[in-house]
Amino acid sequence: MLDVAQLARIELTNAEEEKFAGQLGAVLENFELLSNVDTTGVEPTAQVTGLTNVFRNDEVKNSGGKESRDQLLSNVPEIDNGSIKVPGVFNND
Amino acid sequence: MTELYKLKIEEASNKLKAGEITSSELLESVISRIEKVEPEIKSYLTKTFDIAREQAQKSDERYKKREPLSDLDGIPVALKDVFCTKGVKTTAASKILDDFIPPYNATVVEKLENAGAIMLGKVNTDEFTMGSSTENSAFGPTHNPWDTSRVPGGSSGGSAAAVAADECLFALGTDTGGSIRQPASFCSVTGLKVTYGLVSRNGVVSYASSFDTIGPIAKSAADVAIILNVIAGNDPMDSTSVQENLPDYTTFLGKDIKGKKIGIPKEFYGEGLQPEVDKILKDAIKKLESLGAEVEEMSLPSTDFAIAMYYIIAKSEASSNLARYDGIRYGYSNLKKDKSKIKDLVDLYFKNRTEAFGNEAKRSIMMGTYTLSSGYFDAFYKKASQVRSLIKKEYEDAFKKYDVLITPVSPFPAFKIGEKLEDPLSMYLADVNTVPINPAGVPAMSVPAGFTSENLPVGMQIIGPHLGEGKIIEIADAFQRATEHHLKKPEL
Repeated sequence: MLDVAQLARIELTNAEEEKFAGQLGAVLENFELLSNVDTTGVEPTAQVTGLTNVFRNDEVKNSGGKESRDQLLSNVPEIDNGSIKVPGVFNND
Repeated sequence: MTELYKLKIEEASNKLKAGEITSSELLESVISRIEKVEPEIKSYLTKTFDIAREQAQKSDERYKKREPLSDLDGIPVALKDVFCTKGVKTTAASKILDDFIPPYNATVVEKLENAGAIMLGKVNTDEFTMGSSTENSAFGPTHNPWDTSRVPGGSSGGSAAAVAADECLFALGTDTGGSIRQPASFCSVTGLKVTYGLVSRNGVVSYASSFDTIGPIAKSAADVAIILNVIAGNDPMDSTSVQENLPDYTTFLGKDIKGKKIGIPKEFYGEGLQPEVDKILKDAIKKLESLGAEVEEMSLPSTDFAIAMYYIIAKSEASSNLARYDGIRYGYSNLKKDKSKIKDLVDLYFKNRTEAFGNEAKRSIMMGTYTLSSGYFDAFYKKASQVRSLIKKEYEDAFKKYDVLITPVSPFPAFKIGEKLEDPLSMYLADVNTVPINPAGVPAMSVPAGFTSENLPVGMQIIGPHLGEGKIIEIADAFQRATEHHLKKPEL
């Protein structure tokens, strides 16, 4: 449980760990139902469109220029000189 | 007429064209209705009445010149808060997006605007559309207009409740495993889950990308046909969108359904189906028979495995989709709080995600992370994808013989707020009749079929073949011309 939470970048309190473990345990038990289905030789389905490799030409389209850039950056918590600012990867010292 | 807000699209559009009413009059009527009932219903997360009034004025000018853009010109619409709207907050009912302002419109929003529809605002949903009750919203639940102590269903609960309470003429929702059909059933409105890819997903917040669809919730099947004509079709911005030429969906209205073949899959009528719901469905099927349809019981054996299959894939895809929410480029961020408490980048990810995701989003992320992790991938994700092939095949085979299939939308009517919130498995099992449809990718509609002894609505699910929206509309419209369930209104 804690390993999974760690991988997903979520912290759990002790109470949450216990609660979620019970809830997810019940769901995983339900998932076990599938082991009763014979899927020998069945190809998996990942999507149902029947389409393959939809491409477009590598051309710049609908570029909003500076206005779009400013709108996009207006949602960013911290900007420095037009770039997105984040804390250090290792530490801030 | 003082109660314009009650009109169906068809009726309003005719009055607008005839010059009997103006778009602005219609809008003001709907706005007063929203202000009256909203304290009880709580559908709207964001109201955009200023934008709406401006749009309505422009629509008035077009009608004056007798140049409306479409049948939706001047028609007020509510959008589930997962459709990106340029300059208007789009939250997915999550704290992690509570101040997110998209720099662009979703394709479907653009299409509605170009058709002259009037945007009333953004309505409630379960956080990231994960849920069946709208209780997982970070901004509180929406209440069912038929009994405000009950849930409206979910995740498009805000959309369905707003239509049922006449707080809009129609709404857009999304359906990943029943999120349009189940709330439509709980609120007695008509909701369509389209064929996967029929409506562009560009600019719409994702839950499970291979199941997600966008569709209308409206007051009749005829209105659904009008909306579909505007929103369906290929979009170069969504590589999974359909490439076929599509019909005019209103040509399926007013048809005789004599000789249509209807299959009744027995797995949907088994244990767990409430007797009252069963009775209402049987009566509805008899009605269709009396209109000349040929009804036959049949079997879809994989239905029993659909819930497990569905949730494995949905949560796997969800955990991937939600990985992007880290608060770096947009959304909830501890950088706006006390920065001295942030150790490094990873610590910021942890803090942002832990503080801003709700319980169901966290459960989904953890479940999906688990089912996709090495060592478990084959047993869960791959196995589920194989079972998906079996389910898809069963539906393909069924439609070689039948025009449509009919089932209950939900085994029971709307449940009480709080009843299932801390029991995710029982919440998931509530979706037993709607989740098999999304893995198969076919369309299905929820149509009001009657009311229980407690006056709670019950919906009938009409399932059609790939791109068979017309077949569904044909049957639903014939049923609605012969019945009055969809015309009944809650007392508010």
